[in-house]
Amino acid sequence: MRPSLIGAAIAAAILLAVGFGFPWLKIPLILAFCYGMAALGIGVLLRAGQISFGHAMYACISGYTVAFLGSRFPGLDGLLLIVLGTAASIVAGMLIGAFVVRYREIFFGMLNLALSMVLFTILGKFYAYTGGTDGLRVNRPTLLGMDLSRPEFEGALLVLAILASLAVIWAVQRYFRSSAGQALAAIKTNETRLEYLGVSARKLLWQGYVLSAALCGLSGSLFGLSQGLVTPEMGYWLRSGEFVFIAILGGSGHAVGAFVGALLYEFLKMYAAALVSGAWQLVLGATLIVIIYFLPKGLVGLFSRRRSAVEGQP
Amino acid sequence: MSTLLRTQGLTLAFGGLIVANKIDFELSEGERLAVIGQNGAGKTTFINICTGLLRPDAGRVEFDSADITGLSPRHIVRRGMARSFQLPQLFLDHTVRQCLELAGMAREKRLPFWRSLSFTSDRREVDRVLELVSLTGRQHEPAANLPEGQRKLLDVAMSLMLAPRLLIMDEPTSGVSTEEKHGVMEIVMGALEERKVTAIFVEHDVDIVKRYATRVAAWIAGAIAADGKPEVVLADVNVRREVLGE
Ligand SMILES: Nc1ncnc2c1ncn2[C@@H]1O[C@H](COP(=O)(O)OP(=O)(O)OP(=O)(O)O)[C@@H](O)[C@H]1O
Ligand SMILES: [Mg+2]
Repeated sequence: MRPSLIGAAIAAAILLAVGFGFPWLKIPLILAFCYGMAALGIGVLLRAGQISFGHAMYACISGYTVAFLGSRFPGLDGLLLIVLGTAASIVAGMLIGAFVVRYREIFFGMLNLALSMVLFTILGKFYAYTGGTDGLRVNRPTLLGMDLSRPEFEGALLVLAILASLAVIWAVQRYFRSSAGQALAAIKTNETRLEYLGVSARKLLWQGYVLSAALCGLSGSLFGLSQGLVTPEMGYWLRSGEFVFIAILGGSGHAVGAFVGALLYEFLKMYAAALVSGAWQLVLGATLIVIIYFLPKGLVGLFSRRRSAVEGQP
Repeated sequence: MSTLLRTQGLTLAFGGLIVANKIDFELSEGERLAVIGQNGAGKTTFINICTGLLRPDAGRVEFDSADITGLSPRHIVRRGMARSFQLPQLFLDHTVRQCLELAGMAREKRLPFWRSLSFTSDRREVDRVLELVSLTGRQHEPAANLPEGQRKLLDVAMSLMLAPRLLIMDEPTSGVSTEEKHGVMEIVMGALEERKVTAIFVEHDVDIVKRYATRVAAWIAGAIAADGKPEVVLADVNVRREVLGE
């Protein structure tokens, strides 16, 4: 077996054991995986040299889709809701992406931010449909046809989140190493040359953008199900900022980076809050400074050492 | 031989500065045209207009009998006109080999997002081109590690991977040491010969022009001042004074 497979199996087993050994850690773990998926979405864009401060909107779109469909059609299975929520984000990503991929860098980042704030405002205002700032309840659906109690449901979600994360890491890593993924990374270094190879950088970035929307969407539907509630806060710019923070913390050299970053982030949030009460943001900020200064390629940079960042070998 | 590239009345001004002044120009298949001219004469600008980076104020560009004026570089490249740059344009984070692999995939207009780049690209072709420009030994290094001379070669090699009908090279030997210049040109011209690629190259070194060009065009202030056989153009009084600075 390949070492990466063994590593993944061990990591998954440990996290499952932690989740089931210490039940109060189930939700934080699920959240960490949700954050990891969304941060990986940001990581895809980072590889193209772009950053988005609005991607929480895709998590939000997906979460609200799950909440809405779940209450409107109570028979829908949880897995189907996740698929539908993610699909809604993909469609939104395709449409919004067609517009924003014309822009680069700060304009790209700010446009995404602006669009996410529009969504945030709409969700807060149209009380009749969105529940306003209170949000919408997410009824606990069946999972694979099984009617589960709350603790069982959380356990199943954790298993689901881990499996989904492993699948996502594998698939995204394949994309990173593919022709399209390598060409995406070339947007960061030389768009002129891409153009002079006859390649449309916009089309490449659009593909990456839709992928990033899908990842944030998947994250949002899992998040909504695990919380039992979706609120406009899910799409607020602070949440987008957290995704960016985690993506940089973990690094985008390998798809696993976002998840390493997310686990560390959740851990820091929990323990820093206990240790230096009221100043956990300080700990987070200091951590990010240390990472940027000593590990510009993020935590995964520790493992890749001599490999070039775009090589993307697992 | 049929005409491959033709421009008519190509005109462009940056503010008050006229950098292309009603340029009428024709290039036939199989030619090796050297473009000479002082700094700022408008050589790069001419290339930029022909390849679609700049849009002319007036005039038109034809490639292979089709009007390509105003098309984007991307669409012009796909028709078979490739270029290399005065300042090499590489994917500095990618390895040397990946740069060529990406160019090869681009030629086939195929960028699958599931299968790995190194498996999908034409391995033999990449190996051959690497060999051709003597970069086999450094193929797994990031392009950023290469010195200027080898960056130039890689830039040209990426264009070669596109298997173009016309290759326009903007100063392929600038930044290459004097001793290495002839070696570089020998390699590049050999590759062009083998693949039957028509070429335009901007060059300041008169020895290189004499050795490799079948025709020379001298640019002065945004216009072609002399155009013809190398021995004729290089002997032209005006060219000797204004371009070669004798
Ligand atoms: N984008 C631009 N905007 C304004 N002026 C420009 C621009 N690009 C080039 N120029 C000016 O146009 C003139 C022609 O430039 P060009 O780069 O074509 O010269 P060149 O013949 O290639 O010179 P060199 O041998 O130095 O490469 C120069 O005076 C240059 O400063
Ligand atoms: Mg020039």
